[in-house]
Amino acid sequence: MLGKLRRLNQDASKIALEESERLPSEERRRFLRSGLFTAGGAMVGGALAGIAPKALASTQFPPEIPPWTRTLGPGVVTDPYGVPSPFEKDVIRRNVPWLTADKVSSISFTPLQHLKGIITPNGLFFERHHAGRPEIDPQQHRLMIHGLVDRPIILSMEDLQRFPSVSQINFIECPANGGMEWRGAQLNSLQFLHGMVSCAEWTGVRLSTLLQEVGIKPEGKWLLAEGADGAAMTRSIPLEKALDDVIVAYAQNGEALRREQGYPIRLVVPGWEGNTHVKWLRRLEVGDKPWMQREETSKYTDLMPDGTAHGFTWVMEAKSVITSPCPEMPLKSKGVCQIEGLAWSGRGKVKAVDVSVDGGQNWQQAQLREPVMSKSLTRFSLEWKWDGNPALLQSRVIDETGYVQPTLAQLKQARGTNSIYHKNAIQTWKVNGDGSVVNVQLS
Amino acid sequence: MFSFHKTPRLLASTCCGVILASVPILGAAEQTGYYGYGEPATDEQIAAWDIDVRPDGMGLPEGSGSVDEGMAVFETHCASCHGAFGEGMGRYPKLAGGDGSLTEDRPEKTVGSYWPYASTLWDYIHRAMPFFAPQSLTDDQVYAVTAYVLNLNYIVEADFVANKETLPQVEMPNHDGFIWEDPRPVVNNERCMENCKEEVTVSESAAGKNLTPSTTGPLDEGITE
Ligand code: HEC
Repeated sequence: MLGKLRRLNQDASKIALEESERLPSEERRRFLRSGLFTAGGAMVGGALAGIAPKALASTQFPPEIPPWTRTLGPGVVTDPYGVPSPFEKDVIRRNVPWLTADKVSSISFTPLQHLKGIITPNGLFFERHHAGRPEIDPQQHRLMIHGLVDRPIILSMEDLQRFPSVSQINFIECPANGGMEWRGAQLNSLQFLHGMVSCAEWTGVRLSTLLQEVGIKPEGKWLLAEGADGAAMTRSIPLEKALDDVIVAYAQNGEALRREQGYPIRLVVPGWEGNTHVKWLRRLEVGDKPWMQREETSKYTDLMPDGTAHGFTWVMEAKSVITSPCPEMPLKSKGVCQIEGLAWSGRGKVKAVDVSVDGGQNWQQAQLREPVMSKSLTRFSLEWKWDGNPALLQSRVIDETGYVQPTLAQLKQARGTNSIYHKNAIQTWKVNGDGSVVNVQLS
Repeated sequence: MFSFHKTPRLLASTCCGVILASVPILGAAEQTGYYGYGEPATDEQIAAWDIDVRPDGMGLPEGSGSVDEGMAVFETHCASCHGAFGEGMGRYPKLAGGDGSLTEDRPEKTVGSYWPYASTLWDYIHRAMPFFAPQSLTDDQVYAVTAYVLNLNYIVEADFVANKETLPQVEMPNHDGFIWEDPRPVVNNERCMENCKEEVTVSESAAGKNLTPSTTGPLDEGITE
């Protein structure tokens, strides 16, 4: 009985070994780890080392019957909280090490080249921290609302969730997105050039509900939002905006906010620069004047060529970018291909997107994919027959206010090259004859 | 001027009619709000968390600090990153210098050349510095090191003592350098569809610049400059 079992196990190991030869290394390891073949595990592991190259070359296409069709996979709750397939391991947030002094005050970029639709998965939402990501116990976290109000209050996270909730899909973009490129083309990557924008469904309480609850005194004109992180990040926000569409969010795409996104609560200030969406929110103060904090004076102000600077430039103006093809996603072959991209506007809905394949000489209107929502990412596409010749691809968004996305030359003409923030210019991708794609700028 | 999509209203503009209708109009005398959730914030609780300081001095606490005292604080707690004279070590921010550089090709935005308000310096150091030990300095130390950073920028004399009366009176060199109203949209592109330009010239390319970290495989720590 026992002997038979062992033999069976050894046979199974042999099959496992054979099948694993045909799998890419990552899946092979997972397959062998799956527990069906534990008896021969050590032997199999040892024998694998020499056969890796062959394994990578093989396929499971018809007429082969793949091993995953002839075995059973791991059961439910193997991953009680699901994670992406190991084959998706390249799809991660990435940083540019030379950009900042330290990772705790730094940025990571969303891999837009891999994303579909308009929602950014929670684990891939871009990060911008000023003092790292705090680890906050929601039971110990409080939101204080005070200042020029009738009834200053302190709310627990449970209190907050008792208020009527709303859900809305909004993008968040750091105003420094693309800010490395004012003086010339530096980075050859969609992820690093445009990955400081992400989009999620946010659920929380309208700020207007909370401010109504505390009662704003007539002198109240401004709101200060402050984070509980080591930077105690602050921004002044005019009450008109606060009462319009701002929410105190506790959920992102259906689950609690990720720590990187402000767990347990953050502000969502639709259409406004990312820095105003204060994370790890701990305090809201109503006042009669702005506070002129470091993040709205030293930073997040736009230096003009004449030496003056523009402050309180909160709105993210309309922008679009082609996400396929792009430097990370070259064209595979001549013939029909789908040009795809993302467009958004901090002033409302995307009205139209045009695409050019000749560097802006001629344009064709692209198709907008539903849903098209205010202050949300919108996906567009255009079918194109590539003849194999070099081409210059661009997209240009028009938002519901009629604003037309500017060229880089126009933007530089108006703003010079030292404003860092709010570079919403048309992106040009050069498609080479071999299908590769390069970030270029036109004069 | 920025234009808002909805006219400001104190009552939630998006609140459904049913709830609006049932919300009693609360006077200032009411002790609790409509929902009544949470706890009233006491003066003591508010005082402990309310750390913001405004240009008019609102929020500045008691206490004081001199330039001399500030030098000692700076050398112990700040110079390792910002340099003994605020010149900035490595990629850490410069805190002094850059006067008159805002119109230059490579402007240097520092406390002296760029910051419009001295209050912001007190506020920011107090809330966020030293970088690895935020909110660890006493109010007197913050006053002192604020005075020192201002002195490094030749904004105050060596005998300056910072306190809640003197600090709001400090005039920053670039105070008038800001326009606090968004002028945008400043660029009006046209939606031309055909024959929009005579020629197209590629002036810049990222190809071969070797500044882009890898976008496949594990995180790329390789390209550091
Ligand atoms: C460990 C390094 C480190 C130390 C020590 C340090 N700082 Fe900083 N400082 C930083 C970093 C990093 C930033 C930028 C943070 C950011 O932008 O999120 C900064 C920013 C600042 C700024 C704002 C600069 C600007 O132009 O916006 C001031 C002012 C400042 N520090 C003052 C101080 C003072 C005063 C001390 C000592 C009490 C101090 N720092 C200690 C690293 C340090």
